[in-house]
Amino acid sequence: MSFTTMDVERPTLTAAPMLDAPAAPTPGYWKSVGQRLLHDKVTMAVTLVLFGILFITLGAPLVTHADPYQGSVLARLKPIGTPGHWLGTDETGRDLWTRLCYGGRLSLLAAILPVTISLFVGGFLGILAGYAGGWLNTLIMRTMDVFYAFPSILLAIAICGLLGNGLSNSIIALAVVFIPPMVRVAETVTTQSRNLDFVEAARASGTTTLQIIRYHVLANVLGPILVYATSLISVSIILSAGLSFLGLGVTPPQAEWGLMLNSLRQAIYAQPYVAALPGLMIFLTSMCFNLMSDGFRSAMDVRLNK
Amino acid sequence: MPDGTMQPPVLRVEDLTVRFTRRNTDVAAVNGVDFSLQAGETLTILGESGSGKSVSLKALMGLLPAYAGVSGKVWLNGKEILGLPAAALAKLRGGAVSMIFQEPMAALDPVYTIGEQIAETIVQHEGCDNRTAMKRALGLLEQVKIPSAERRLKNFPHEMSGGMRHRAMIALALACKPSVLLADEPTTALDVTVQIQILLLLRQLQAELGMAIVFVTHDVGAAAEISDRIAVMYAGRFVETGTTRQVMREPMHPYTQGLLSSTVHGGMRGRALETIPGSPPNLAELPPGCAFAPRCRYAVDACRQGDIPVVTTETGAMARCVRAEELVEA
Amino acid sequence: MSAALQQDPRDRGGPAQPLLIVENLTKHFPVRGGLLNRQVATVQAVDEVSFSVRKGETLGIVGESGCGKSTTARLLMRLMNPDAGSVVFDGDPVGEKRGISVSDMRRQMQMVFQDSYTSLNPRMTMAESIAYAPRMHGLGRKEAYDRAENLLSRVGLNPRQYARRYPHELSGGQRQRVNIARALALEPRLVILDEAVAALDKSVEAQVLNLLSDLKESLNLTYLFISHDLNVVEYMSDRVMVMYLGRVVEAGPVESIYRHPRHPYTRALFASKPTLDPDRRTTEMPLTGDPPNPINPPSGCRFRTRCAFAQPRCAETLPLLAAPFDGDADPSHVVACHIPEAQAAVAVHHA
Repeated sequence: MSFTTMDVERPTLTAAPMLDAPAAPTPGYWKSVGQRLLHDKVTMAVTLVLFGILFITLGAPLVTHADPYQGSVLARLKPIGTPGHWLGTDETGRDLWTRLCYGGRLSLLAAILPVTISLFVGGFLGILAGYAGGWLNTLIMRTMDVFYAFPSILLAIAICGLLGNGLSNSIIALAVVFIPPMVRVAETVTTQSRNLDFVEAARASGTTTLQIIRYHVLANVLGPILVYATSLISVSIILSAGLSFLGLGVTPPQAEWGLMLNSLRQAIYAQPYVAALPGLMIFLTSMCFNLMSDGFRSAMDVRLNK
Repeated sequence: MPDGTMQPPVLRVEDLTVRFTRRNTDVAAVNGVDFSLQAGETLTILGESGSGKSVSLKALMGLLPAYAGVSGKVWLNGKEILGLPAAALAKLRGGAVSMIFQEPMAALDPVYTIGEQIAETIVQHEGCDNRTAMKRALGLLEQVKIPSAERRLKNFPHEMSGGMRHRAMIALALACKPSVLLADEPTTALDVTVQIQILLLLRQLQAELGMAIVFVTHDVGAAAEISDRIAVMYAGRFVETGTTRQVMREPMHPYTQGLLSSTVHGGMRGRALETIPGSPPNLAELPPGCAFAPRCRYAVDACRQGDIPVVTTETGAMARCVRAEELVEA
Repeated sequence: MSAALQQDPRDRGGPAQPLLIVENLTKHFPVRGGLLNRQVATVQAVDEVSFSVRKGETLGIVGESGCGKSTTARLLMRLMNPDAGSVVFDGDPVGEKRGISVSDMRRQMQMVFQDSYTSLNPRMTMAESIAYAPRMHGLGRKEAYDRAENLLSRVGLNPRQYARRYPHELSGGQRQRVNIARALALEPRLVILDEAVAALDKSVEAQVLNLLSDLKESLNLTYLFISHDLNVVEYMSDRVMVMYLGRVVEAGPVESIYRHPRHPYTRALFASKPTLDPDRRTTEMPLTGDPPNPINPPSGCRFRTRCAFAQPRCAETLPLLAAPFDGDADPSHVVACHIPEAQAAVAVHHA
């Protein structure tokens, strides 16, 4: 064997010329996702808007000094641009800007919390169903199918009706509504990645199921699930506002965008622009979350940006 | 093989160039390809992935996306076809020129039966009535040796086995008696016992119908079985052309030599394979001069600058190599 | 990882003990359909396959798509469970109480897959992918990464350039080298190469084949080389096993099989190989039609529907692997065919 291997040129093993080697090592995956996000103007813009909304709601006492519950009979339904009430006042004379700022707290909470709950519960069930397969998959997925039989808004209303109104019940209702689609998304991406060769290779290397899920499945599944969760928030904002609008969520006199929209309904002819403001906030926030999820999706797609 | 009396070529290609230009990359996929083809002749374009062989074929058929910049001249039966309006090109496709693919489902529509698809093509191009077209379709299936052709006419593509679908695709391509058949890796995905059947079928059909074939493949074995002439492609250029014997027996270009010596064949046991070091070049950053120079053990300074001269032997073989003459003598 | 491996403490059976003995390995997949999702048919993917692999040799498994060669590999790795049959690794039955556990076996038996891209985690760097298995098996982070870099240079990739790259930044040949390095990370004794060079360009394929030969010699490896490429199998293997529709039809030393194929299918397979000689082109089709559907294959000999020598008894009884009728073959050459004339027919030879 010795002479045959000696006299033939074997440049591949000794000093392999690395012709197509790129010049510098590329950053890690999440770092490069971040860099791509920084170059995506639309996503950056909507993220800025969302931070703005977050700032005026969480930091409401910093941007307004008025009391969100203190009305004034004299100052009822002032138009936009009134001195002291730059966005006008509502039907009981409360400053609308202040109400919008404080109202955003509950609106965002009532929208984001159900999605977070469904992310954990649905994500866990979906990954479990996807990775385990077999009868466990059938059990979980068929149970979810039962919930799918109802339109989501009807289901939410029914659950709220059952539990009674109030913020916590609306959150529970929406979480129940969001768990089935979350399970389905998580199950689909997990099943796909479970059958990938590299997961098989990891199984062939004798590592345990938990290790495989942690190192190989989660990393590839988390991205799509998070993107989906972000897009769910945009739906959640509208649904939770809808529940409040119907009187099933937050109770008066608390400020919440859906509820405000309902109570300003009567003033739609007197002050149409003021009455539309809570709706505008709902629309703006929902759209921003939607666009942000699109941005995440394309930033996370490695091959798209190759 | 055409004899000495020079008939006008069926297909002539001059300086075919394809560039894919997008935001910040400029990929030089095909860099000046010339060839001409007589009726009844098979030219094989042999190359590895990324050599530009499939892109060249697609450019001939006008099948490249809009952002591809195609230039050069292509004459089909003496008529210039590159840059024809889309409608005129569509009439040529499936008519005077047709194409077969690696994956038959790229050509076959899953929702129509084989008979309907072939008849439809004939009706479109020749304007005859449906019944005549169906009769022709039956004849075509028999010609490509599909057993119980009458029954198969009513089959959908998914009801056929892999080899059968391949034959159906060939029948569809031959529906309007093309003068040129473009074959894009048609046997690559097939098992060996089916591959040889398809190669033999193509050879036989060519003898019967007299069309010219451009056969694109990466498989030296398939090339040796089917071609009259072979053009070896590397980084978007023909680096060597010649008859099958010339290229297989006396390759002049170092790349062809490397490709042949690294192709495993019988009786090589116990010997280390002679390989070409490195990997194919990045088409977005081609080096000046010969694109193969960075991997070439014979490369000299002259290889790395300017245009590489073309060496032609008196027998008609061509190599694009600075040192071709001395290498052949050595 | 040097010549010290000559005295491998894991070599329990000694040189005479085959590294792998497979007996009657069987896997049938149910085909479900109909309204109630009942089983309507069976795909006999692997049917009573038996073979052994000696220490230090390369056993080639060759056959067309659907012949069960890849399923055999997955069964051996226990990526799926066999319906029947036993596997003995270096004298220890796999997955049995008195034998060796599946996870212990996997540390000594590794696999390289065909698709170099999908078999690497797109979120992991090359070093992470290689170091993963050793780390999970308890090697420290630093040691695991040192081993990964060591392996990268062993497979011809400069670790300083490649350790921190992601799969999409490498070419197919480079990725397959990484896959080989990963398979070697647990210092296995047997490596299953499942179409490991099939997706590569010829010039790159030759590089990888040379690399595999070098690694085999320097690391004392045993290979199970699975491929549809007859030339590559001949080049790499010491012994060859030919499969058709889930069953072994012929097996034996490579010279004997390639020079005197006895089974009509093996002969047709070899005759279908394109010649590399333009003056000796194939003129006759060795076989017509496609391989039959592996769902409910023909009774008796599975090749009989395409065999020119088929007789009634080929449909009645299943031929078992036995020494050829003419007897002057290598004693380890076995063939599954009833008909002496079929075995004796003249092989079509190419260059």
